Amino acid sequence: MSDAMQLIDSDRGGLPPAGAEGDVAAVMAVLQEVLDPEVPAVSVVELGIVREVSWVEGRLSVAVTPTYSGCPATEVIEEAIHRALVTAGYADPRIERRLSPAWTTDWITAEGRDKLRAYGIAPPVGSASKRSLLGAEPQVPCPQCGSLETERVSEFGSTACKALYKCRSCLEPFDYFKCL
Amino acid sequence: MQNVSQTSQPALVEYLLRLGDNALILGQRHAEWCGHAPALEEEMGLLNVGLDLFGQARHWLGYAAELISAEGGQGEVDADHLAFRRDAQDFRNLLIVEQPNDDFAVTLGRQFLFDAWHYHLLTGLVEAKDPRVAEIAAKSLKEATYHLRRSAEWVRRLGDGTEESHARMQRAIELLWRFTGELTEFDAVDEAMREVGIAPDPEALTASWRATVEQVLDEATLARPPFDAWMYRGGKQGHHTEHLGFLLAEMQALPRAYPDATVW
Ligand SMILES: [Zn+2]
Repeated sequence: MSDAMQLIDSDRGGLPPAGAEGDVAAVMAVLQEVLDPEVPAVSVVELGIVREVSWVEGRLSVAVTPTYSGCPATEVIEEAIHRALVTAGYADPRIERRLSPAWTTDWITAEGRDKLRAYGIAPPVGSASKRSLLGAEPQVPCPQCGSLETERVSEFGSTACKALYKCRSCLEPFDYFKCL
Repeated sequence: MQNVSQTSQPALVEYLLRLGDNALILGQRHAEWCGHAPALEEEMGLLNVGLDLFGQARHWLGYAAELISAEGGQGEVDADHLAFRRDAQDFRNLLIVEQPNDDFAVTLGRQFLFDAWHYHLLTGLVEAKDPRVAEIAAKSLKEATYHLRRSAEWVRRLGDGTEESHARMQRAIELLWRFTGELTEFDAVDEAMREVGIAPDPEALTASWRATVEQVLDEATLARPPFDAWMYRGGKQGHHTEHLGFLLAEMQALPRAYPDATVW
């Protein structure tokens, strides 16, 4: 897709100028507009999957980490990042998939958590400690009414990264972004 | 490649195929539940666990494919190549993961016996001296942790449930037990990987697996068959039960019929 993308873009002629080499903030501003296809309320930056922005011999390189090993959105996200950068005027950006260190929900930013809640998805509770991985179920506040009277219906919700919960106060079901 | 000598390369490829094939074949078994699970929530659970396993398989087989390609002789191979163009005798998965789904108790019992082993194995592999192995293990371990939590919960719930659910889970454990010997049996490949600081200590892995299984079966009020019972073996070396061939026939039919297709 990248070759076709560039052909179309270069035919257009008047591309916006790319940020200068070393201007990480300019790149992050572009990536802030790229939304997670499975949770289109948060950007890839807010989700914490953009791990590094660098330049190798003048070529922009962005390191991205998958949320889950089998996340079917991995390629879609990488293509969306590539497209956004090319559209912003970065010629031939390189998207590097990086596994280590493994993604944790601790990297979801405070803004990201607020946006998840507003979208109706309860953000991960606490930090991804051993306890939350192995131990008791966390107390998850309902994103609709804030009640703590909630219960887990299923370990998995609409995607692997979410669990299905139900609020006993307002009776609404909701997705909980699991701690990982 | 860092930290692994040339002489251990063939063993590393074998070892990666074992890790990747376990995840791939068990993931395929989960995919077979699509449209058949007892409840919608459990179907999503089964398929999401399967998806995690496919992702892990892709990482392990992708690494194996890079090493095979670099070695030459077989041309350029990739993870899809390894998944879809090998025959049963070339697969290196454990016998337990290729066993049929049977009922829900067998599916979850199989998952638990595997998860308990997978969790402890990955915990060891996180310390591997090969950085690629260590990073794939670290990623996979996060997922294996909640897989184990879920499957152990089901073993307890069904074992310590109704008369019917108890009988079914007890049957599942007895049916699958003969395939668990391979989990704690180690051969020259495992030994070569332990020597170069990749595979964990076999005795510690055996002890951890047994302790987890004993604890959960006990909590589930299930009888545990003896660890020294007669066991089937050979999956790791490519000698499989008849079930693998049927599984591969379904999984590989489309890519083998249209080998050059890039979009399904
Ligand atoms: Zn509520």
